Amino acid sequence: MNEQVTRPADRTTLGIKPTPGWARWVNEHRKWVLAAPAMIFVAALIVFPLVWTMYLSLTDAEGSVRADKEFIGLGNYLKVLSDTERFWPAVGRTALFTVVVLTFEMIFGMVIALLLRRSFKGERLVRLAILMPLVATPVAVGMMWRLIFDPNIGLANAALALVKIPPQPWLAGQYTALPTTMLIDIWQWTPMVALILLAGLTSLSDEPDEAAQIDGASTWQRFWHVTLPLLMPTVIVALLLRGIDALKTFDILYATKGKGGGSYHEVETLNVYAYGLSFDYNEYGVSSTVLILFFLIIIGCMWALAGRGKK
Amino acid sequence: MRTSPAYRVFRVVAIVLIVVAMLLPIIWMVMSSFKTNIDIFDTAKTIFFAPTLANYTTVLAQANYLKFVWNSFLVAFAATALSLLLGVPAAYSMSRFSMNKSALVVLMARVIPGVSLLVPWYYVFSNLRMVGGYGVLILSHMFVSLPLIVYIMMGFFDGLPTELEESGEVDGLTPLGAFWHLTLPLSTPGVATAGVLSFIFSWNNFMFALVLAGANTKTLPVAIFDFVGYASIDWGGLMAASSVVTLPIMVIALFAQKYVVSGLTAGATKG
Repeated sequence: MNEQVTRPADRTTLGIKPTPGWARWVNEHRKWVLAAPAMIFVAALIVFPLVWTMYLSLTDAEGSVRADKEFIGLGNYLKVLSDTERFWPAVGRTALFTVVVLTFEMIFGMVIALLLRRSFKGERLVRLAILMPLVATPVAVGMMWRLIFDPNIGLANAALALVKIPPQPWLAGQYTALPTTMLIDIWQWTPMVALILLAGLTSLSDEPDEAAQIDGASTWQRFWHVTLPLLMPTVIVALLLRGIDALKTFDILYATKGKGGGSYHEVETLNVYAYGLSFDYNEYGVSSTVLILFFLIIIGCMWALAGRGKK
Repeated sequence: MRTSPAYRVFRVVAIVLIVVAMLLPIIWMVMSSFKTNIDIFDTAKTIFFAPTLANYTTVLAQANYLKFVWNSFLVAFAATALSLLLGVPAAYSMSRFSMNKSALVVLMARVIPGVSLLVPWYYVFSNLRMVGGYGVLILSHMFVSLPLIVYIMMGFFDGLPTELEESGEVDGLTPLGAFWHLTLPLSTPGVATAGVLSFIFSWNNFMFALVLAGANTKTLPVAIFDFVGYASIDWGGLMAASSVVTLPIMVIALFAQKYVVSGLTAGATKG
């Protein structure tokens, strides 16, 4: 009763019911009431597994997840870090894959964004077309390119024959498989970079560019000295978002080459290697070690990029 | 903006080339799905061929794909709905109270390699006898959806002025009442963006279902992957299966283009 007396008069005239005590508590603590469920969900699914993975990386766990395991200290780390047959080549492939696809996706993405910057007839349809690779299911994309790159019946070699280039093994070749998967990744994700950069370009004011044009700057000078510096924050966002995903690429590699990244491990990146160790070979201890190292690499890359972005 | 005629011609040619490069592989996949395996091998029938629905009847009727379509839909829909339920209020709070560190915790989920979570998840959920069920798939896909939704909605709420909520509170609404009655109805475009994106990412997700799904609960990407497991590849069937998984997403993109693009480019202009 006491509560109702203290209510402001307009509440009752508005027909709003008095707030019960629990509701007031909820309102006062709304910051955490609203945020906590999501945070608890994520933390529960991350913190425990991460601690568990760290623990497993210090044991010789293999076979079954329930099997007895022994604590072996940093043994796995020594083993993995001195493994020049699988681990370091996988690190190299991951780095190469990421650097190559990021470079091409940024360049092509920038070109596409600049081409689409000014509006034109049919703009909506063109934007819809570049959206298609991006939303297509990666596993299906992998299968689709498997047919196109099939050495015998594929469209790719048929197209090469038209310009008198001998047929290529593409995904089937020991040395051509990795570059071919890069092509697929570039096809699928360049649109993502293009759309992000396009959003950034659209938000830029035209004035600095026009001023530079009046001052007689060439097209290239205007891009390099005016547009690009203004667009830099967006470029960093695109690099970060794509970089994280490129490092973790799994679907198209596994869909095109299967277990172990092919018979010569030709497309075995860290993610594919770790997945194989965990679920194809049940080497949980070693795989956890690889994953911890992989995670550190990702955090390191992001930190370096985000640090550059702040400057 | 002055542009030379030469540039205008170059621009048209370049844009046409880009559109062809983006669409040709997809058109090729769909065309092949209407060919018999004999026609796929026949270079004379590259463009002109007698279309057949045989691949689709094989895939949908015999290979149980209708079940996998349903699984994919159910998991993506449930994961999106639950993630919106958790994620939208969280994003609101994180935006209004500038909880950047808390937001970072949720966004970490986007950075961590999924494999590092799968081994412990598999252990825990197999002890709970949940592996192979829908529940664990929905939970794991929420792990993809939730960070995405929080990320998109935080950007959306950051851009929404607080004046309306404040005036609502002056008129006697509680802060949560103002959120519920004033802010949420205004947030439909943001929620639509986040929901559509979350649905697409969950629909496309492969790795979690690869490990956690059972024979009856597997989603379309896993079903497609299993399609090539044995002996020689049934290319026509494989392309039909790939078209079945891809086309619904493309239809969504067609009708919700604005939302998909704004979701994908969220955060692009904040820096």
